[in-house]
Amino acid sequence: MNKFLAILSARNKEFFRDRAALSWNFAFPILLLFGFAFLFSDEGNKLYKVGILSDVQQSEVEQSSGFQSLKHIAFVHYENLDRAVLKIDQHKIDLLVDFGSSRYWVNQTSSKGYIVEQLLLGAHPNMQRSETTGKAIRYVDWVMPGILGMNMMFSCLFGVGYVIVRYRKNGVLKRFQATPLTAFEFLSAQVISRLLIVLVVTTMLYVGCNLMLDFYVLGSVFDLFIVATLGATSMIAMSLLIASKSSSEEFTGGMLNFASWPMMFLSGVWFSLEGTHPIVQKFAQIFPLTHILDAARAIMTDGATLADVKINLLVLGGMTFVFLLLGSWLFNWGGERT
Amino acid sequence: MAALLQIKNLSKRYAETLAVDNISFCVEEGCCFGLLGPNGAGKTTTIEMMEGILKPTSGEILFEGKTLDKNYYQGVGIQFQHTAIQDFLTVKETLTLFANFYTRTLPTEQLIEICALEEIVNRDTRKLSGGQRQRLLLALAMLNDPKIIFLDEPTTGLDPQSRRNFWQLINNIKKQNKTILLTTHYMDEAESLCDEIAIVDQGKLIHQGTPRQMLSEHFDGSIISLPSELASQIDQQKFTYQIHNQSIEFLTKSIEQTIKKLLDINIPLDGLKVRSPNLEDLFIKLTGHQLRS
Repeated sequence: MNKFLAILSARNKEFFRDRAALSWNFAFPILLLFGFAFLFSDEGNKLYKVGILSDVQQSEVEQSSGFQSLKHIAFVHYENLDRAVLKIDQHKIDLLVDFGSSRYWVNQTSSKGYIVEQLLLGAHPNMQRSETTGKAIRYVDWVMPGILGMNMMFSCLFGVGYVIVRYRKNGVLKRFQATPLTAFEFLSAQVISRLLIVLVVTTMLYVGCNLMLDFYVLGSVFDLFIVATLGATSMIAMSLLIASKSSSEEFTGGMLNFASWPMMFLSGVWFSLEGTHPIVQKFAQIFPLTHILDAARAIMTDGATLADVKINLLVLGGMTFVFLLLGSWLFNWGGERT
Repeated sequence: MAALLQIKNLSKRYAETLAVDNISFCVEEGCCFGLLGPNGAGKTTTIEMMEGILKPTSGEILFEGKTLDKNYYQGVGIQFQHTAIQDFLTVKETLTLFANFYTRTLPTEQLIEICALEEIVNRDTRKLSGGQRQRLLLALAMLNDPKIIFLDEPTTGLDPQSRRNFWQLINNIKKQNKTILLTTHYMDEAESLCDEIAIVDQGKLIHQGTPRQMLSEHFDGSIISLPSELASQIDQQKFTYQIHNQSIEFLTKSIEQTIKKLLDINIPLDGLKVRSPNLEDLFIKLTGHQLRS
């Protein structure tokens, strides 16, 4: 245990004393987040969205009604009332109408909801009104887990992979090899050190940005923390696997980019994968970041619990196990030349 | 004295290259044993197999009569030829880090004194000079009070003053009856520090013994040297000499007789030097090429 704690403490000192790297670790995600918050602060969508609560046959009958023939309004059909009301809460639709029971729902904080309500009452004056009060989900609310996840990904992959390859290249690993320190003790200290750093940085970023931007969080923050912990562990394990053998920083850098860039574009950091080709959606499931972001967004925007995202958590756990197993099996201290 | 380390028929092959070719020798307890040879002779490969860092292709290494096991590193100290230490730590923090790896360690203050680290104990390891860095690496090798210390070319790249200081540290360690295994391509280092020497060339052990024993076995007399420009004036049929390092060298049992013969044929004696044969002369005699070629 002494050996593990000694390596853990040394690695933490190295990280926190490297002021340039440390400040960049904090500055990069904050800059990105505020950049996007600014870019999308005036996010306008001229099209009104109205949810229609009915089965398919009813909707076909109502299709001919005056309200649904209005231009510049998109109609989305829902069969589940709770799901549809959540969309109204989150301002994802402006109005929800159930022609079957002559009822409609409107979010009283939504200006677009008020306008569409007047149009509905013009065509159907006897509809019964229900109100909701949910806060709108802005793009920044949606993209925030993506940016924090992406920052975690880069910190885990490059913060561990590069360090190990650098240690191997300059002989630090070989010096450790010539002591009673085992590969397991060394690697577990690297994992825990980076995990602590990533969780501290991510928590500070989350709290700091939440104070300024007031994020939309329906679910439990503790559940989010569990997702972040498991997600970071899986990506650190992935990095250990990538850095298990090579002593070339160029090669490892290429491999880390090869792993991180597809995740950045296909795991849903910047845009939702819902509208993409099913093959792309299936392919994205091989990336740990996809499961981290799916679980985090489900908790934040849909109020999901850990049980609701158990598939994502199980996949992340499985990936961690496989990556660690392969990484420690292939691990090379750098002493043996080939 | 008992053999602390036994090397039996050790070989190491890399693809087409046989880096170490069937080497055998013993290192006795309390001895400073030197592996001497030119760059690329196989010294580092041999010492790294003895350190347990490289796996031999064939052969056996016994430490205290047993094959190397997981407890081996508790009892040995190692200073590599090329190595780095973790960044952003001070000298004292580095010593504390490594001290945590061992079940038994020397007190840090004692190590600091032995390796003359007092003035740099709180300095960031990135800011150490070459000599200071080697002293810290020596302290790390001695930290667990090892039975044997492996030093792989410890003074390569140091200035003459730092080399002399480092030799003094090694001599102090020798006085504690520690066993030392040292590789070097500096003959003066080997002569100054080693009780026993094995000369290695092209992966083979070509000679072994104490420096004095080896020199007396192969040389009888002294070496007279003259500037090489005089070579054209000296008849090779009357004189046996070799030319290297811009000098003509005569091995002679009688200095007076050789000088008299040279004067008889009007060879000027400006630049004449007389010296005893050294390990480099021995190496050239045994291999036909120079130690640092």
